[in-house]
Amino acid sequence: MDKKLFEIVEDPIQMEEVIEKVTRREAGAITTFLGTVREWTNGRKTIYLEYQAYKPMAIKMLAQIGEEVEGKWKDTKIAITHRIGHLHISDIAVAIAVSSPHRKAAYEANEYAIERIKQIVPIWKKEHWEDGETWIGDQLEKISYPNGSPNIERG
Amino acid sequence: MITVLLFAELQEATGRERIEVEVNDMSVSELKDWMKRKYSLPQIDRVMTAVNEEYALPTDRVKSGDVVAFIPPVSGG
Repeated sequence: MDKKLFEIVEDPIQMEEVIEKVTRREAGAITTFLGTVREWTNGRKTIYLEYQAYKPMAIKMLAQIGEEVEGKWKDTKIAITHRIGHLHISDIAVAIAVSSPHRKAAYEANEYAIERIKQIVPIWKKEHWEDGETWIGDQLEKISYPNGSPNIERG
Repeated sequence: MITVLLFAELQEATGRERIEVEVNDMSVSELKDWMKRKYSLPQIDRVMTAVNEEYALPTDRVKSGDVVAFIPPVSGG
């Protein structure tokens, strides 16, 4: 049986397993993206991060991103795993793998997927700085949603 | 009865992850106004709403049995 392409996990992410999910004979390229925990942000030092998710909806939204990707770039296959819970500096928070017959689509689709994750997937990051803590909610500097919802594309 | 789920800053502001609300039919924006007054949540104006795991508009109706999640600006990745 096909392993789940879109997952929210609490244990460390194994990139090899994510790559394996998109590996297939038609592919001539697999691009991978790893989002890792950064120590310094605008001069502030992070000690650790805590991620929280609305898990069932987050998985649905990841799957929706998968549909968008496969609609925009024909013959691509994508797998995304996001980790939640307590993460340390350099831990992998998110892993994306895209396979396609040719590399251009795999690069483009991979970048699209991480941008969409930051728009529509209900996951939140809490920064634990050396001098305090904050829920981060404005990574794209688009904090307001004038229509009451983000840019949702439906199949 | 409507089940309301709270996350991130809203969860901390209220000390609650889940609230059961005794209403049967109201709009998303009415529910937000009610939450804002009852739990002193001015920040609820800039959060999104999902009804039964789908993003909803302020004018969408919520009914008894629905699960409404207030989604602060997301920061995954």
